[in-house]
Amino acid sequence: MLEKRVIVCLDVRDGKTTKGIRFQGNVDIGDPVEMARGYYRDGVDELVFYDITASAERRGIMIDVVARVAEQIFIPFSVGGGIGTVSDMRAVLLAGAEKVSVNSQAVRNPAIIEEGAALFGRQCIVLGMDVLSDRKMPSGYRVVIDGGRTPTERDALEWAAEAVRLGAGEIVLNSIDADGTRDGYDSEVTRLISQSVEVPVIASGGAGSPEHLRAVFADGKADAALVASMVHYGDYRVKEIKEYLAAHDVPVRMDCYAFER
Amino acid sequence: MKTGVIDYDAGNLRSVETALRRLGADFIVSSRPEELLATDRLIFPGVGDARAAMEVLARHGLAEAIQTFFTSGRPLLGICLGSQIVLDASEENGARCLGLIPGTAKRFSSDMGMKVPHMGWNQLYHEERHPLLKGIPRGASFYFVHSYYPSPSEREHVYGTTEYGIQFASVIGRENLIAVQFHPEKSGEVGLRMLENFLFGAV
Repeated sequence: MLEKRVIVCLDVRDGKTTKGIRFQGNVDIGDPVEMARGYYRDGVDELVFYDITASAERRGIMIDVVARVAEQIFIPFSVGGGIGTVSDMRAVLLAGAEKVSVNSQAVRNPAIIEEGAALFGRQCIVLGMDVLSDRKMPSGYRVVIDGGRTPTERDALEWAAEAVRLGAGEIVLNSIDADGTRDGYDSEVTRLISQSVEVPVIASGGAGSPEHLRAVFADGKADAALVASMVHYGDYRVKEIKEYLAAHDVPVRMDCYAFER
Repeated sequence: MKTGVIDYDAGNLRSVETALRRLGADFIVSSRPEELLATDRLIFPGVGDARAAMEVLARHGLAEAIQTFFTSGRPLLGICLGSQIVLDASEENGARCLGLIPGTAKRFSSDMGMKVPHMGWNQLYHEERHPLLKGIPRGASFYFVHSYYPSPSEREHVYGTTEYGIQFASVIGRENLIAVQFHPEKSGEVGLRMLENFLFGAV
């Protein structure tokens, strides 16, 4: 049986992991490679790195981080942030990432999804989408870009369907309403998108406790859930989250805790 | 003991390389048949389209090299797409494949409410009938990403199974050839153990 994935997200700025509520008041919280190693040992199923480096000339730092992570952790990870061309994609994939994620750039230029899927395979192309509840939109959710700052005219459900048609192999769905609140994921929009597309949907935004993950798997029909602050600040360990899920009949990968090579 | 990794432009080579390096393997990555045929063990990884992969393999003389390597009796490991192209054919764009194991690669049906591709961690069930599986706990999870799955026609060629809507063969083999549908190089410590079995074990 396919297991539900617990994914840790690391925002990386100038080679350091950083955390803030939606790009405001970011503070450095550690070395991404060291943190990745720690989460790997703690049984995380996958990692996501977002490059929020401000300037293009410092992008090389991220490639170096990706390469060092690839040498040390043997689970899938994706990289997003500032990826707007197939050559950006190629650089990240060649450095050792499994997948690349596109967000604002894909809204501005949807062809990037198609080009990336044709070159690298659709399993490599993740669509990141930030959504905000908005009754004026047909699905009730509007796509916003630039880290939540710029509203678009795109409806969340329509955009998800179009991106999958173009070649997105997976969707990271981030609720701006829930992000940073630690009050739980938006299960409603997660279920809406997850049930309408045939690719996996990763819930993001709002995680504060293991119960929130259980809820978004059960009610939101998410295939995976992203966590950040709840593990970065030491409130929970990945292992504790997975133990809670396993105890509540969510299929998660537990054999990694018993196995020693 | 030298291991060859076939480079045929089919992605994800980097992660196989880093895993082999971590395990201290003596290996080369090459697209040249003569170099690969001089090794003791051969790995052919791959993601992507079966037909495109077969075309590239044929163009570089690599399809023939794999056949020759197989006939020579030296150990061969196929990964992901590598577990599909060893069959006779694939439903993916009607690809004709290597024909080392009788059977075809079939597409998962999305009718059953299952998402396609099958992406994520899923359990491998096996009876430890092959040295590759030595020390791998039954039901251990491995990382999968695929829309087609191997469907060998003979039961004896199935060494491990996984459940996704249906029960499919996730480890298949014949004689000195063994092939896995998942990515051991991305499956944590248990995946590294499997690669170790292939690199250093009595496969």
